[in-house]
Amino acid sequence: MADRSPAPDTPELRQRWGGFAFTPANKAEADRAIARYPQGRQRSAIMPLLFIAQRQVGEELGTAGWLPLPVIEYVARYLDMPVVRALEVATFYFMYNLQPMGRHHVQVCGTTPCMLRGSDALFETCYRRGMKKGQVSADGLWSLTEVECMGNCATAPMAQIDDDNYEDLTPERLDAILDALAAGQRPKTGTQEPGRHTSEPAGGPTTLTAMVDANHDYRSEW
Amino acid sequence: MPTVTVDGQQVDVPDGATVLQACELAGKEIPRFCYHERLSIAGNCRMCLVEVKPGPPKPQASCALPATEGQEIRTDSLMVKTAREGVMEFLLINHPLDCPICDQGGECDLQDQAMFYGRGASRYHENKRAVSEKYMGPLIKTVMTRCIHCTRCVRFSEEIAGVDEIGAVGRGESMEITTYLEQAVRHEMSANVIDLCPVGALTSRPYAFEARPWELRKTLSIDVSDAVGANIRLDSRGREVMRALPRVNDEVNEEWLSDKGRYQVDGLMHRRLDRVWVRKEGRLQPASWEQAFAAIAAADPRGSIAAVAGDLVDCETMFAARRLLRALGSDLLEGRQTGLVYDTSSLAAVAFNSSLSGIEHADAILIVGSHVRWEAPLVQSRLRKAWKRGARIFIIGPHWDTTYPAEFLGEDAAVLHDLPDAVGDVFTAAQRPAIIVGAAGLAKGALHPALALAQDWTLVRDGWNGFNVLHMAASRMGGLLLGFAQAGGIRAVAEERPRVLLSLGADEMDYKPFAGSLKVYVGHHGDRGAHAADIILPAASYAEKDGTFVNTEGRVQTAEAAVFPPGDARADWTIMRALADVLGVDVGFDSFAELREAMIAEVPALSSPGLIDLGELPRGDGSARAAGVISYPIADFYLTNAICRASPTMQRCSAELLGNADMLEAAE
Repeated sequence: MADRSPAPDTPELRQRWGGFAFTPANKAEADRAIARYPQGRQRSAIMPLLFIAQRQVGEELGTAGWLPLPVIEYVARYLDMPVVRALEVATFYFMYNLQPMGRHHVQVCGTTPCMLRGSDALFETCYRRGMKKGQVSADGLWSLTEVECMGNCATAPMAQIDDDNYEDLTPERLDAILDALAAGQRPKTGTQEPGRHTSEPAGGPTTLTAMVDANHDYRSEW
Repeated sequence: MPTVTVDGQQVDVPDGATVLQACELAGKEIPRFCYHERLSIAGNCRMCLVEVKPGPPKPQASCALPATEGQEIRTDSLMVKTAREGVMEFLLINHPLDCPICDQGGECDLQDQAMFYGRGASRYHENKRAVSEKYMGPLIKTVMTRCIHCTRCVRFSEEIAGVDEIGAVGRGESMEITTYLEQAVRHEMSANVIDLCPVGALTSRPYAFEARPWELRKTLSIDVSDAVGANIRLDSRGREVMRALPRVNDEVNEEWLSDKGRYQVDGLMHRRLDRVWVRKEGRLQPASWEQAFAAIAAADPRGSIAAVAGDLVDCETMFAARRLLRALGSDLLEGRQTGLVYDTSSLAAVAFNSSLSGIEHADAILIVGSHVRWEAPLVQSRLRKAWKRGARIFIIGPHWDTTYPAEFLGEDAAVLHDLPDAVGDVFTAAQRPAIIVGAAGLAKGALHPALALAQDWTLVRDGWNGFNVLHMAASRMGGLLLGFAQAGGIRAVAEERPRVLLSLGADEMDYKPFAGSLKVYVGHHGDRGAHAADIILPAASYAEKDGTFVNTEGRVQTAEAAVFPPGDARADWTIMRALADVLGVDVGFDSFAELREAMIAEVPALSSPGLIDLGELPRGDGSARAAGVISYPIADFYLTNAICRASPTMQRCSAELLGNADMLEAAE
């Protein structure tokens, strides 16, 4: 599991992020999120706002986003709520990164279905590139996190890299994706199995076979 | 009113009650950690599991389950027993076995409930988790490894104190209770989380490793740090008061206590006056009682003696002084040391008539010149409750950090005559409007204008009296009852140029106008009054004598002596009695019982504990004008009286929480 404590509150951190403010586009998006809730309940919008702020930090740094303490404070001020309440949310959800990130955030699923389908080998692949769980690799390219089930068990094993899922991975396929990302390309997202489109049964359907070509009323057979 | 069956016993429970409350009504004890009567329901400790039919066939958390008609509740079934054992086992998985070095030992909910409801032994052999230390300020000591995440402290600071400072960061096993960036908790009731904490995670820092609960003698007392008169228990060992804890009294302090009331007690061991001093050749020098008494007699106090009562004295002390003065043919009694002058012809006009528990039902409140948060933190928590119930709160005076939304109307007391129409509309429409006049308001002459407003807004109506004066001194109401008020205030006393000034622990007054008087200080701390005195007679503090106190709402309460006064110090009334002998007058009592009897004969209101009937609220003098920029009398919440100024804990609080470090150096 990643280190879930916030990056230390140093003068350098304060200097770099003390002046943080939403860009006009993000501000508009934040205000849209706030407007979803009744007046006086603006703090309900804490999650979208933290995420917008995290994305903006990532854009400013050219890395995956994360939340320095002054940015959390900015969001809390923006919503007129106690900072500790914002910090509670930021530390609770894994989608908020509390430490500086590499350019790409590699989140490999290690839950049972993925593990049975070979996620250990995916981690080995990552380690060989200098990644360590919860740390930024020396080249600044990667942050590796082991995550729990991402809901892609039918196409296990999988990894979520930045905002995209890459499924049906093997060490070679993951290597190819990471190479492409390192080269600044955008590899194909979703399943990497040739001939497979999404999460349809590999090797053809085994159930409801009568429905493959046309709709079929099974009710009379129950 | 639903009827439920608890262990075969039928009970009627009020609407909206929970299953836990139903069980308590039936006399069943339900173990709990997170549930607390005065906090919101969290339902996260799972210790209160019971079996409820109808419902899913599994144990249910009784604290968060509403009691409904026809429920069958079992608290004694095998399912409940194993459920409690299971929960207890989980709670103890990560709880260290450090009870022998834990300050909570002996008064720990977890310890007690593990004994009653836990399994005999642990089956857990893996490593326990450890949590790094969290700093929470000079009052709260934390050992967060012991925390069981009941979140009572989080809920207290959010709901009661109104200062969101404590939170639970992280999740699951890595959840930790902390303040933001481990800053000190900054509010006036912060130490109540120590009482709330069911385990030893939050303990008292000044009291750390000082004593065990079973070595302490417990004495019922009254807090003197403000005029609320919080009910406290003084825990003493030998001659030392080790700590003060709040007692439950829903009418006064619920079960909270301000940090000052709780932690000023270590000042009782510092800078005490424990011998007689007489000023000779400009310097205070040790002397005997006889020498001091002879010096007083030599000044010929007959007919020319004044008494000024300090903020911490009890009614008995003031009555003894009054008897002595009357016997000497003088009536120069005054208690309002700082020079306040207000009309005391009717005590109903200077009392907190709504009562402390009543003010939380007010729906519109106007505060005139009171920094309530510092002058009476316990009233502040009531006002916050009123706001939660929908009250609108307006304040006249300089801005201070309220813990509820309040509208500041202006700094000048004259605003009282020129209130915005919107404010007037709120009060005329209100069901239970209230005015609270503070000391700073009284100083600017706001009493009569406020009384006039009380007329306009009909503050007194069926079952409701919304006119309140919030005093700051524990002795004030008692002093007013005993006639410690001159029409001209303390200035009039000085103008009489008494040959002898009897100062009953008066530390906040200006002694310069009394330059020609022999200043006799009867008190317990070497503070401002003692510095100015010519003769110092060492007396007992509130912890060392029996006494009667009347709080700002006119509630008579009695305190008992917890320890003996140090050295030569004596209970104040015995000093008056001895002085009477030396001066050749009769005060009419020879024992404390006789003194109390004489006091009750003269002021029958003091006879029994409870609220005094102060009579009708008088009409305000419509021509009186309030004017002047209000300035609050308290500059430093933690250093308001002689005891807390001597207390190392209060000095540390002042330095650290209010940033008055220079004051700390001056005090050392």
